[in-house]
Amino acid sequence: MAAAAAASHSNEEKRNLNLGGHVGFDSLPDQLVSKSVTQGFCFNILCVGETGIGKSTLMNTLFNTMFENEEASHYQNSVYLRPRTYDLQESNVHLKLTIVDTVGFGDQINKEDSYKPIVDYIDTQFENYLQEELKIKRSLFNYHDTRIHICLYFIAPTGHSLKSLDLVTMKKLDSKVNIIPIIAKADTISKSELHKFKIKIMSELVSNGVQIYQFPTDDEAVTEINASMNAHLPFAVVGSVDEVKVGNKTVRARQYPWGVVQVENESHCDFVKLREMLIRVNMEDLREQTHARHYELYRRCKLEEMGFKDTDPDCQPFSLQETYEAKRKEFLGDLQHKEEGMRQMFVSKVKETEAELKEKERELHDKFEQLKRLHQEEKRKVEEKRRDLEEEMNAHNRKKVAAETLALAQPLKKDKDRRKPLNTENQSGVSASNSKVMMAKASVEPLNCHSWWHAIQCCTCLVHNATWKPGGLF
Amino acid sequence: KNCNNDEKQYVGFATLPNQVHRKSVKKGFDFTLMVAGESGMGKSTLVNSLFLTDLYKDRKLLNAEERINQTVEIIKHTVDIEEKGVKLKLTIVDTPGFGDAVNNNQCWKPITDYIDQQFEQYFRDESGLNRKNIQDNRVHCCLYFIPPFGHGLRPVDVEFMRALHEKVNVVPLIAKADCLTPNEIKKLKDRIREEIEKFGIKVYQFPECDSDEDEEFKQMDKELKECTPFAVIGSNTVVEARGQRVRGRLYPWGIVEVENQSHCDFVKLRNMLIRSHMHDLKDVTCDVHYENYRAQCIQEMTSKLAQDNRMESPIPILPLSTPDAETEKLIKMKDEELKRMQEMLNKMQQQMHEKDQ
Repeated sequence: MAAAAAASHSNEEKRNLNLGGHVGFDSLPDQLVSKSVTQGFCFNILCVGETGIGKSTLMNTLFNTMFENEEASHYQNSVYLRPRTYDLQESNVHLKLTIVDTVGFGDQINKEDSYKPIVDYIDTQFENYLQEELKIKRSLFNYHDTRIHICLYFIAPTGHSLKSLDLVTMKKLDSKVNIIPIIAKADTISKSELHKFKIKIMSELVSNGVQIYQFPTDDEAVTEINASMNAHLPFAVVGSVDEVKVGNKTVRARQYPWGVVQVENESHCDFVKLREMLIRVNMEDLREQTHARHYELYRRCKLEEMGFKDTDPDCQPFSLQETYEAKRKEFLGDLQHKEEGMRQMFVSKVKETEAELKEKERELHDKFEQLKRLHQEEKRKVEEKRRDLEEEMNAHNRKKVAAETLALAQPLKKDKDRRKPLNTENQSGVSASNSKVMMAKASVEPLNCHSWWHAIQCCTCLVHNATWKPGGLF
Repeated sequence: KNCNNDEKQYVGFATLPNQVHRKSVKKGFDFTLMVAGESGMGKSTLVNSLFLTDLYKDRKLLNAEERINQTVEIIKHTVDIEEKGVKLKLTIVDTPGFGDAVNNNQCWKPITDYIDQQFEQYFRDESGLNRKNIQDNRVHCCLYFIPPFGHGLRPVDVEFMRALHEKVNVVPLIAKADCLTPNEIKKLKDRIREEIEKFGIKVYQFPECDSDEDEEFKQMDKELKECTPFAVIGSNTVVEARGQRVRGRLYPWGIVEVENQSHCDFVKLRNMLIRSHMHDLKDVTCDVHYENYRAQCIQEMTSKLAQDNRMESPIPILPLSTPDAETEKLIKMKDEELKRMQEMLNKMQQQMHEKDQ
C-alpha cells in the first residue's frame, strides 16, 4: 500500500517517501559498475626511493608480473622520472597501470633539488587534466588519466630514523599526492628494532607536519580493517620474485643461509597488509582522493594564480567578467608588445646588415681605386720606358746611318766582323744582336717576347726571367 | 597462510568493481525526470505508478476558462527514496500548462529555458574555485506524452521534440493507451516512428548491447527497441484481478492491468527507465547534451566578448586554449610576413658573401 509521508508539496522541499513495492532502482550501483568495467580502470603509482632500494622488485611482487626493468646506475646527474604503462587484466577487469620510477634519486652529492623533478611531474599531470577540462571540446569520459594516485615512499632500513632527504621530499609532496611510506628491505631489521623504528618514523612525520595518506574509516564496511591497518604504518616490506620451496609449498621468498624470508608470511613482513590496503580495499578511494582533494587544490591554486576569484553566494558575475576582461587585455597587450619587439629586432637586424653591406661596398670601392691607381702607375712607367726605348731606337738609327755612311768609306774590314753573329731578320729590319746591344745599353730587363716591338706593346711582359739565346728571346 | 596456485596468481584488483559499488551506494544517486504533455494525459498517474508512491497529493487542477491564456509553469518535486540500501534522490519536473492555451506558440520556451538554466548553473558551479558540493539539477530524461486520439504526431508534438532533442534525452510515450486496440497501437507506433524519422527528431537511443551478452538479453534488447514509442497506461488505484491486488483500471468490460505486458508497455518502460538504463540516461546527459551546451556557450561568449565589451563571462576559460578565427588569421599573416623578411635577409647575406669572393 502506498503510504505517503504527510508533507505539503512545494517547489524545493524534499521528503522521504515510502515505496509501495519494488521499483527497481536498487540496480543503479550495478548499472554504474557495469559501465565502469566496460570502460576499464586506470591506476598510477609513483615510487620514490634511492637507487637499489627495491622499488622495481616490489612492483613485480605486488602485481605478480615481471615488468621489464634494467638496473639503474648511480651516476645520474639529476633525478628524472620514468613512467611506464602496462595493461593488466584479472577476471573481467581491465587495469591500465602506470608505474613511475624516480631514477637517480638520492645518488647526487648535492640533493637540494632532488625533489623538484618529482613535484614538476605531478604538477604536469594535474596541468594536463586541467587543460583538458578547460577545453571547449573536451572528452573527459575517455581521457587517459595520468595523475598520480599513490606515492610509495621507500625508507631505507637504517633502523634509526628518517633521512633528511626523506623528510624534505615528503614535506614537498604531501599536499600534492597520497603518500604511503614503506620501510624497504625490511629483512635487515629485527622485530624489536622494527617496532622502535616505526614509532620513531611516525613521530618524526607527525612532528614535522607531514600528512600521509590515512586509510578511510568512514565506510562501515571497511572501517575496522582500515583503522587497524592505519596503526601498522609504515609497512615494512620485503619483495621477491624468486620462488623457494618451503615445506611442501612453493612460495615467493628470499633464501638466506640462516633461513627463508617469506614475502607473504604476515609474521615475516607487512607485504600482505600493503597489498590488501593498496589494491584490494582502497584503490578506488585513492583515485577519489586524488581527484577530489589533491587535484582540486591544484586547480584552485592555479586558477587563483591566473587571476580568477570565486564569486560570493549572491553571485556577482561582474568581478569575474572584469578579471576576464583584464586578462584578455593583458594578453593582447603582451601579444602587441612581443610583435613590437620582434619588429624592432628585425629592423635593427636589417640596419646592421645594410651597414655591413655598405662597409663592404666601400672597401671594394677603395680596393678598386687602389688597383686602378697602381695600374695607371704601371702604365705610366711603361710609357716612360717605351719613350726611353724609342729614343734609344732613334739614337741607334742615327748612329746606324752614321756607321753606314762610314762603312761605305771602308767596306772590307766591316764585312769580316759582320759574318760571325747570326743575322736574323725581324720585322723592322734590326738584327737580334743589335737588340741585345740596345738592351744592354738601355739596361732594360730581357723580354720573353718574340721581338722588342711586341714587348713594348705588351706592358704586362715586364717579366724578370726571360732567356736570351742566340737567335732570339725565348 | 594457505597459498594454493590460484591465490598466488591473484593480485586483487578484480575487487575494483566491488570497491566502486560500495562507494556508490554510500554516496547515493540522484535523478531528474521531466514529464511533458497536455493536461489530462496521465502524466502524474504514470509517475505515481512508476515509483509506486503518491507525489501529487492535494494539487489543484485548473478548469478550462482559467487555461485560455495559461502559461507553462515549471514545478519540481523532490523526494528521497530508498530501496535495499540504495538511496535515490528523485526530482520530478512537471510542466503544467503545456499545450493548454489556445495559442500555444513557443509554449515550450519556458521548458527549454529551464533546461538551459540548469545547464548554466552546473557550468558555473563546475567552473568555480570551490567544487566540493555541486548539486546536479540537470534534467536527465524527458517523457513526452503523445495523445492517442490522433493519427500520429501533431505539429506541437513535432516542434516540442525538435526544440528539446539536443538538450535532453527525449522519450516519447503514447499516453492512455487503453483506448486503442493492439492493431491500432501497432499502426500508431509505426506511424509515429516514421514521422520521427521524417522530421529528424533525435529521440533517446538505447545503447547497443555488448556482443558478448547472452542471446536472451540480446533478444530482449531487440524487442525493446522495436517497441518504441511505448504505449503506456497508469493507475492510482488498486483493483482485484485474477485473485491478486494489482494496479489497474476497472471498466465494465474488463480490468486493465498496468503491469501486464500484454495490456501495455508500462513494464518495458519501467525496466528501461529505472532498472537498466537510468545510469545511461545520466551519462548521455553529462557527456553529450551538457558538453554541447558548454561548447556552444563558450563559443558564444568568446565571440561576443570580441565584439562588444558588456557580456557576462562568469567562468574561467584559458584565453589561449582556442584562439578565435580573427586572432588566428592575424597570427598567420604575421607569420608569413616574418617568413618573407627572413628570406630577404638570407638573400642579402648571400649577396654579401658573393661580393666578398
